[in-house]
Amino acid sequence: MGGRRVSAGELVVEGLRAGVPGREILRGVDLVVRAGEVHAVMGPNGSGKSTLAHVLLGRPGYEVTGGTVTLDGVDLLALPTWQRARVGLFLTLQHPTEVPGVSTLDALLAGSAPLAGSVEATDRAAEEARAAHVAGLLSTEAARIGLDASLLDRALNVDLSGGERKRNETVQLATARPRFAVLDEIDSGLDVDALAAVAHRVREGVGEWGLGVLAITHFRRLLDVLVPDVVHVFVDGRVVATGGAELAMSVDRAGYQAFA
Amino acid sequence: MAGMAGMAGMAGGYHGGAGLVVEPCGTRNAPQSPDRPMTPPAFTPDLARALPGPTWLAERRSAAAERFGAAPLPTPKDEVWRYSRIDRLDLEAFGPVPAPAQPAPSLVDAAVALADRFGARAGLVVTVDGSVAAGPPIEVSGLTVARPAGGASDDAAGRVLGSVASEPADFGLLNDAFAPDPVVITFDPGAPPADPVVVVHVVGAAGAGSAAFPRTVVRAGEGAHGAVIALTVGADTLTGGSAGGEGHPHLVVPVVELDVAAGARLAYVAVEQPDAGAWHLASQVGRVGADGLLQSFTVALGGSYARQRTDATLSGEGARSELRAAYLGRGDQMLDFRTLQDHVAPRTTSDLLFTGAVREQAHSVYSGMIRIRQGAVKSDAAQTNHNLVLDDGAHADSVPNLDIEENDVRCSHGSTVGPVDEEQRYYLETRGVPSDEAERLIVRGFFADIATQVPVPAAESVVRDLLAARLAAPAPGGSRG
Repeated sequence: MGGRRVSAGELVVEGLRAGVPGREILRGVDLVVRAGEVHAVMGPNGSGKSTLAHVLLGRPGYEVTGGTVTLDGVDLLALPTWQRARVGLFLTLQHPTEVPGVSTLDALLAGSAPLAGSVEATDRAAEEARAAHVAGLLSTEAARIGLDASLLDRALNVDLSGGERKRNETVQLATARPRFAVLDEIDSGLDVDALAAVAHRVREGVGEWGLGVLAITHFRRLLDVLVPDVVHVFVDGRVVATGGAELAMSVDRAGYQAFA
Repeated sequence: MAGMAGMAGMAGGYHGGAGLVVEPCGTRNAPQSPDRPMTPPAFTPDLARALPGPTWLAERRSAAAERFGAAPLPTPKDEVWRYSRIDRLDLEAFGPVPAPAQPAPSLVDAAVALADRFGARAGLVVTVDGSVAAGPPIEVSGLTVARPAGGASDDAAGRVLGSVASEPADFGLLNDAFAPDPVVITFDPGAPPADPVVVVHVVGAAGAGSAAFPRTVVRAGEGAHGAVIALTVGADTLTGGSAGGEGHPHLVVPVVELDVAAGARLAYVAVEQPDAGAWHLASQVGRVGADGLLQSFTVALGGSYARQRTDATLSGEGARSELRAAYLGRGDQMLDFRTLQDHVAPRTTSDLLFTGAVREQAHSVYSGMIRIRQGAVKSDAAQTNHNLVLDDGAHADSVPNLDIEENDVRCSHGSTVGPVDEEQRYYLETRGVPSDEAERLIVRGFFADIATQVPVPAAESVVRDLLAARLAAPAPGGSRG
């Protein structure tokens, strides 16, 4: 296992079954991600990988029919999406949504961005201090990942290229410093440099604050930089094989049919 | 989409996607129905004639009052009043504000303070219930503000009045008849860009039952640059008081004429905040000469029934209009917009974006017409209306229309009506934003987005703040006065 254990947190998925009305997509998913670990979920198109990401976050439209998901023992399935985020689960979206007129800073301030000096923002001065603190974190993170900081002043994802959106997702992740991050195909639409920058920053988060990662992808490329501790092969709504980084190699050689 | 004749349709990729409405059309004024009562006695030609002013104006007023009295009042059966609440208007309950009394100095001070929010300006005019209370004469180089009612007896000013709003009907005629003190703002030919002129119309000061008729003419001479910020504000809204009780009924009928000469650019920002009890029946009529540009932005927030007609005629080759509006309906308010993009000359361009939201039991109407007349070849017209419906009891109607008599043109129109976009809400929730806060952010962003298009830079932040404040205000009480 790589990564420095900073926290003893655990994201535990047990027997998770879910889908859309009339169709089961997840057919009993079992996973345990510990703080400071990087797990990859690899699977073919249509295997239910993105559904797993959205069910973990509680996206409307999916129904859970069985199983449990806990983060440090907290029952995530009982919580609305925003509370799951505040408990410490972060999702980077495959297709980050445009939100006209709302800046990245607005969203993080209204959301789970850290408080300045852990003081609850109860008055105007404290709010301003927090805003300045978060704005500072954002521009630092933008510089680290090579995102033009002026793009942070734009409305969320509006007029951003695909690569800029993924960098922006990663900037938000690094600013929010969640316990666990679900990366839903963060590699799609990225060129080689952007992919390296994004994966590198996520990997650093593992060391910096013990971030636990569940990286969903169907290409091995991402994993060359992210270097997973555990690889899960996901076919037809369930984990069909689990192993080390070498499992990604064999998927690359033999394809997913071998696991079907 | 070049080369389309007859109906053209565009469907959107807009956020908020539900309820796309694209309606072909050609429907215009249906014949008026004669089932409304005739003019009530308060609006007689004699009363119109007796208002202060030179002889030509007295004659113009009484002729307009006669024409108003001779026609039946509009009803929702008339196409341009469809969906409206006009059948609930009891004109007999109102009368013109009598000869202008000296308005309370505190009211004028508050109006000046409101104007001050917009920063540096080239001039200020304050009217109270349609009569000038502070301002002219202004003698800035390249800029003149005149008051025909107080002017000489020659009728040069008379030719200006009504030169753009040249085919008045119903309430336009009533304004022609009873506007006590029209204001004419002229940017001389070649006037360079400068700070905006600010006009504050305080309305409803005379209380329940009053009818006020502000009248403004803005002329940008050949090659001139002009900018005007016009604020229509209820006396109670302005002072934070409630002189006649919250929601006391009164009538406000403003007419604005925007005359943009060849090669001129005029930016006109109208912020409308009449009091909660107001029937606000406003009309803004623009005309643009060759290679001229009219940019107008309306912010509609107040009133009980607030209607805004926005017409822009592109009469010279290469003329352009950019028409924008942002509106937010609360309580049981009705906000009603009718627009006409009238292409008369070749190679004319119009671009319209009206965007609004309704909460509680509020109702909004957008009904717009693109008209491309014979000869207006190679014209380009776009018309877009977005509506957020934020509560179950709220309602928005959106009816875009096209009437195209020429072949070689480009036209697009489309509209959306629906709740806050689920994808946007989910995205913000994954950042830890609570659901209701996410909705507030999205709606605030929806308005912040259009506020970036305010054509007078000094007004952008004020417009954004006004919209945000209206959005954040507690739900108004259910009853109207």
